[in-house]
Amino acid sequence: MSAEERIKETVSNNRVVLFMKGTPQFPQCGFSSRAVQILEACGTQFATVNVLSDMEVREGIKQFSNWPTIPQVYIDGEFVGGSDILLSMYQNGELQTKLNPAN
Amino acid sequence: MVAPEQVKLWIEEGLSGSSADVVGDGRHFEAVVICSDFAGKSMLEQHRMVYGGLGDKMDEIIHALSLRTYTPQQWNNQSS
Repeated sequence: MSAEERIKETVSNNRVVLFMKGTPQFPQCGFSSRAVQILEACGTQFATVNVLSDMEVREGIKQFSNWPTIPQVYIDGEFVGGSDILLSMYQNGELQTKLNPAN
Repeated sequence: MVAPEQVKLWIEEGLSGSSADVVGDGRHFEAVVICSDFAGKSMLEQHRMVYGGLGDKMDEIIHALSLRTYTPQQWNNQSS
């Protein structure tokens, strides 16, 4: 399975996906770590992919989303943004609404 | 390592009609970018326009570039 197919499968099988450097327990980059904290603060379940353990995905994800950096967040299969956009969406409440449309 | 002034030039060359203020430590940068073409675009699209203009310099040379993007009106309202 190509990197692109693996990416497509991951973002369609998981409502919230964070492509990051490292893992939530051991983030390898400040921006990835901040993205983990933001998603945890929202109390949402999210899948993570450590791009450092899969170099094909690390490059493939940038073409897939037409976004040059990691971390990258996907919600309902749609690319939402990197660390900056995630933070600003969290600060203005847009992220919480997108994650929990019910309440 | 690259100087913030160089990143500023790259941003402005890559996005015609934009003006940028950049600070950074040589690998991680923060930029405020003002461009009238941002009008009507989502933050995601605005950031993509800046990153697109930088091409492969992003991530190869520039490890991280935090962006704050404004149209000229937004900038004037924000700073008045």
